[in-house]
Order: sequence, then C-alpha cells, then structure tokens
Amino acid sequence: MSGVEDAREGAVAGAAHVTAQHPTPNLDQLESGPWPSFVTGLKRLRDSGGKQYAAMMNDLLGQLEHSYTNRLGYWKGGTVSVFGYGGGVIPRFSEVADKFPESKEFHTLRVQPPAGYHYTTDLLRQMCDIWEEHGSGLIALHGQSGDIMFQGCKTENVQKAFDALNEIGFDLGGAGPALRTSMSCVGHARCEMSMYDEVKAHRAVINEFLDEMHRPSFPYKFKYKFSGCPNDCVNAIHRADFAVIGTWRDDMKVDQEEVKAYVASHGRKYTIDHVIAMCPTRALSLNDDDTLEVDNRSCVRCMHCLNVMNKALAPGDDRGATILIGGKRALKVGDLMGTMVVPFFKLQDDEDYEQLVEFARTIMEFFAENALEHERIGETIDRIGLPTFLAAVGIEPDPNMVRHPRTSCYVRTDDFTDEAEKYFERKREMAAE
Amino acid sequence: MSQAQTAEVRPRLPDEHGVPDPFQYMHPIMKKNYGNWDWHDRPRPGVLHHVAKSGDEVWTVRAGTQRQMDVGTIRQLCDIADTHGEGHVRFTTRSNIEFMVGDFAKVPALISALNANGYPVGGTGNSVSMISHTQGWLHCDIPGTDASGVVKSLMDMMHHEFTHEEMPNRVRITTSCCQINCGGQGDIAINVQYTKPPKINHDLVANVCERPAVVARCPVAAIRPAMVDGKPSLEVDESKCVCCGACYPPCPPMQINGADSTKIAIWVGGKHSNARSKPTFHKLVVANLPNNAPRWPEVEEVVRKILYAYKDNAKHFERMGEWIDRIGWPRFFELTGLAFTKHHIDTWVGARHNMNMSAHVRF
Repeated sequence: MSGVEDAREGAVAGAAHVTAQHPTPNLDQLESGPWPSFVTGLKRLRDSGGKQYAAMMNDLLGQLEHSYTNRLGYWKGGTVSVFGYGGGVIPRFSEVADKFPESKEFHTLRVQPPAGYHYTTDLLRQMCDIWEEHGSGLIALHGQSGDIMFQGCKTENVQKAFDALNEIGFDLGGAGPALRTSMSCVGHARCEMSMYDEVKAHRAVINEFLDEMHRPSFPYKFKYKFSGCPNDCVNAIHRADFAVIGTWRDDMKVDQEEVKAYVASHGRKYTIDHVIAMCPTRALSLNDDDTLEVDNRSCVRCMHCLNVMNKALAPGDDRGATILIGGKRALKVGDLMGTMVVPFFKLQDDEDYEQLVEFARTIMEFFAENALEHERIGETIDRIGLPTFLAAVGIEPDPNMVRHPRTSCYVRTDDFTDEAEKYFERKREMAAE
Repeated sequence: MSQAQTAEVRPRLPDEHGVPDPFQYMHPIMKKNYGNWDWHDRPRPGVLHHVAKSGDEVWTVRAGTQRQMDVGTIRQLCDIADTHGEGHVRFTTRSNIEFMVGDFAKVPALISALNANGYPVGGTGNSVSMISHTQGWLHCDIPGTDASGVVKSLMDMMHHEFTHEEMPNRVRITTSCCQINCGGQGDIAINVQYTKPPKINHDLVANVCERPAVVARCPVAAIRPAMVDGKPSLEVDESKCVCCGACYPPCPPMQINGADSTKIAIWVGGKHSNARSKPTFHKLVVANLPNNAPRWPEVEEVVRKILYAYKDNAKHFERMGEWIDRIGWPRFFELTGLAFTKHHIDTWVGARHNMNMSAHVRF
C-alpha cells in the first residue's frame, strides 16, 4: 500500500491516544505472499490517522503479536448485550489490558445477513460508515454460522452500533443456548438445481421464532441451514440441527438431444467413465444411440449426473425438501451428521411453507422440553432412540430413515404385528390419495 | 426515579427485523429470473455464466478475500463493483466475494481491476476454494492457534490452485483453532489438537466455574470435584483425560493451551455434498505438528504433500475421500509419505464400525 507510510505519520501526529506503535515482527511476515493479508488490513486501521479506532487497533495489533509470540490467546468472555435482547453480542475483555489498554474491550456484534448473502455496494458502504463511527473498522464476511461479524467494539459503543445497524434494517443474530443465525445457499437467485424457494423458507422459519434467538432459553444451540439441492452448498447435514435439503420426487428430466451433444463433445468413454459409472446406485445406462436411460426408482438424487450434464439433465417437477435432524460438531459425544427424518416435505404453495414453519415449531418444542442442559438435539435422539423421537414429534417410520434395518436382536417385538398393520394401512391411504 | 426521568434514559427498543429481505439488494437479473434458471457453464476459472429460462444471462466473477476485512478493503471492493461491475455483490459460504454483471464484455476489466488490487479470481469448479476458518487469537476466548494466519500461509502456497481449475474435483479445506472444530469438515482439515491435560489454577476454580457443569462436560468422565489446599476445586484423572479441551470454555482456569503442548493435526476426506458418495467426516492422518506461528511451515509441507498426491493420482470427479476409498489407506500413506500409527485406529464409541470387517486387503 503506497499510502501506508503517510498514514502512519498522520496517526502519530493526529491521535493523542496512539502512543508508540507496537512492533509486530511476527505479524509482518503475514503481509508477504499473493493472498490478501488480514494483517495489512489491521495495520491500515491502526494507521488511519484521526479515526476513533486507531489507538484501539494499535493495541489490538500489540495483543495479537503478543499471542503470536507466546502462542496463547488472551481474551475472556463476560456479559454485554443491547437493550431488549439477551444474546447476539460476543463479549471480549482482554486479559493483558495492562499492556494493551486501548483494546481492553473488543466485543463482536453478530448480525444476520440478507438471506443468500446479497448486498449492494450502497449497503456495504453504509455498514462501513456505521462501523467506522462506533467500532473498530474490522468486519468479517462471514462467520461460520453465517453472521456478519462486526468485530471490535467498546462496551459503551455496543448499543450505539446496534441502534445504527438496526435503523437500516439489520438485526442481531444468535449466540449461546438459543436459535442461531441461519444460512441459505444462492439457490433460486442463480442456480438451476434449486428445488425450493430458499429465501422464503429461511425467512419464514427464522423470523417466526426470533424470540428464541434474541432471548436465549433453549437447553443449547439450535441451528437451521437451507440448501436448495443435495450438493448442500451451506453444509447443512454436517452443521445444522435442522437441515432442509431440496429434492424432487418424480422422474428427472432428460433432454436426449443435449445428452447426444454431450457425448459427441466429450466422447463415449469419458461419458461412461465419468457420468454413467459414477452413479452410486447404477441407475444410469448409455444406450447404443448415445441417449440416456435412467432408472428413476433407483436414483438417490445424489446430483452427480445433473452437475456434470447440467444442460441435458434437470430435476423433476414434484419438488420439495428432505429434512435431516441432528447434525453438530465434536462436543460432547463426537461429530454427528443429521439423519433423515422427513424423506420428502412438499414445498410449493404458501401453505407448504406454513407447514414447514409448524414442523419446525414441533421439533424445537420437543428440543426445549426434552434435551438436557448443553445437549444438542442429535444427542437427545441418540439418548432416547430415533423411534421414541419419531413418536414424540408425530412422524411415522420410513425405510429411507435407515442405512439398513437393525442388526441387533435386543429389542422387544410383541406389538410387531400391530405396527406392521399400521404400515400397511398407511400404504393403503397413500395409494388412495 | 420519576416516570419522566425513566422515559428520558430508556434506550431505544430494537426493531426485531430478523433475516433481512435480500430482494432489495439482489442483482436485478437474478431477481427477475428468481427460480427460473436453466443451465450454467464456466467460461474460465473464477467466472460463472448462468442462463435463465427467459434467455437472460448473468456472469459472476468470484474473488478471494481475507474474510476479516477492514473498511478500506470493503470500500475498495465496492469501488471495483461500482466502476467495473453493476453495484451488486454477494458472498459465498467460504468468504469469496462475487460480482454479478449482465454483460460478458465487462468481465475482463473487472478481473483486471481485482487482480491489480491483489484479489485472486478463482475458487470455481475443480479448484481449491478459500479455506473456511475460525477466529483464532484475534477474537476467540479459547483459541489454540490463529486460523487467519494459518489460512493466509496456506492460501499463499495454494494461490495457483485457487486461480486454476486443475484439481480432480473441488477441494474444500477448513481450519479450526480448537477441537470443537467450528471450521467444520473438509477434504483437508487443519485443526488444533491438544496433547496435554488442562493445567488447573486452583485459586480461581471455585469463583469462576460452575463445578457440576464442568464435571458434566467431560466426554470421558475424567473430572471430579476436589478440595485442593483447602479450596473447593476440580481435579483431572490424567490417565483418563483425552485432552479434548471441552472443560476449558466453561472453566477458563482449566487452561488447555500451552505454547508447546498445543499442536496441529491434519485430517482428510470430509465431504458435505451428497454427489456420488454420501457425506463423510474427515479422518485423522497426521498429529503433533508444531503450532509454528507466524507461517506454520510444517503444516504447509504436509498439506502440500496431501494436496499434490491427490492432484497427481485421483481420477476426474473423485473427491479426496472418494480417491482414498478407491486406492485404499495403505496406498494413501505410501503416496503421501506419512506414517500410520496406533493413533489412527479409532477408539471412540462405534469404533468397531471403522475397522475392516472383511478379508479385503491391499498390497
């Protein structure tokens, strides 16, 4: 940066609080190389002359360098919030404030982004202006749970920063034992694989339950993620307690002329090796005339052939979502993926989306009433067994929910015949519909 | 206090907006064709071309960022979007920024402006995208390392692989500053792995920690209440302790980090997508790498070995884990030159399912 030297001089002359600049020999080494450097950005804030955060960022760099030298972190939590809310601010107080007093408070505001992460430059500039006035000038786009993270705010400025962001239509996200900020993929806005309206589902569900986000009262965190197709670009199955993954129920669409064109341009061997043979359920076959045969009843909607031949193949018209419950990271029992609880949830009319909200309510009420303290819903289900969970939330068993039926004989089956009759009854009802 | 005084100091009540409506910020072509896209292709690495059923087209230029951005960086990206783009941007889940334009003629100047200001264009198709990562020493209260620094070092090394689509399939890398693993699952995951039990400051435990909650947090029941020097505290059965650090967040006097005992482990074969194979968790391949700030050269060396063994040996469309499924773990360790040890054999709940229950063997 050509202006950096000038700005540094300005900083020393202009801002009384900036004492000497902390040397940063470790961090300096992260300014070389071709990838954009966060350190250069931090220094730019330090060297911003008369800005209110210049001194804070000098000490922040000092503390970060101190961490790099000692290989230890020096932040502790605490309690900071805005009027009316219990969560959404991540308090950070320095443990080495005696050395770096100007950054002794460095709180983060978690702010929910627009669904799908769409911004205008005008909006981003407004956010920069607000954060320049009340915060550190450092913004992370985005955190791992999907929030815009306005990082670095003094306690006295938290309310002011929030009020300004709230005035332009933005709201805090989740923290602690609460409904958390959600994510949805680009979906309908730009993707031909999108199987439901992600923005509509995301906003309908989360905005219905904001009380659970802003005033934490759950046993532990609860996360939703919305992916428009099984490519799962927002990593819902691994990372969400409630994963909504777009899918379709009827036959995939095949444009045979485009299939032929693909084979003609890529070659028959390539097509067989990289499309046909990579189908996980052997549901594809290339005909002698270079058209495609699809065994739709065996297709598991994995997306591979659609991804590779996206001009020739498309999802069917009977669209909705698969819902998986129980994904989470390591603490405490180890990583869990969500498991299939609803194989197909129709998402087409407004009524379908209202039903999704009601289903979400049922699951969260179950969680609030039954999970132990600090227990994620996937752990609750492991503890009580999936059949008990299904009975509690009113869902009938479906073979799509399992990799295979049980292999253990330790189960009491004296009502098996009654349960089987219920299954056949459900089948008869479905056939009659 | 009188009512008038109360009203005077009463702060503003929040407007509970919730998730903002994105349509007010969305590129007009995306808004117009919402839910009606037909197909897409990639004219070059870092550029997506989407065609709507209406025939409308939109080009997206994707660039890498440092995620933690100063307002100067964000304003510079806005300037580029206003001058060479159409004023609408979005971000991917991996912190790449995307500029949407309705005219392909605008793409070359947009790319030039991004490159001229140090932003790599890429991250599409079969490339190495930006590493999704956690907060680290900059902001977290329990970090073992600084993910931002690890990521900067690795992305410098993999810059070519971000700006080119030369990998067998997409490579999604993650970094986490503790074993909670907020960075998530990845084809390659670079995560802190503690190697020593917590060091307890018994003077502070009684005042800072809710002791029963800390006891309950331990996954191996290694923590119990104890009186130490006449003070109520906690003790750890170090023969049981798996050094996971789960007790540290609820009880900061149980310091899990140490300048030398906090190490880095590398995991491979995690996958979010359902394409071909089902989603998978990543698996441990190397532990005990030094937490060698500011550039983590030992970590970089192992990541490089794994990445290029995959690049050189996997078939087109095989993700890291699918490649290893085909060639087998013995060959993976051989191709990467890494060691297989007793620590690779799972001992946690369900471990038996991770053993080879067959006579299938590779030589």
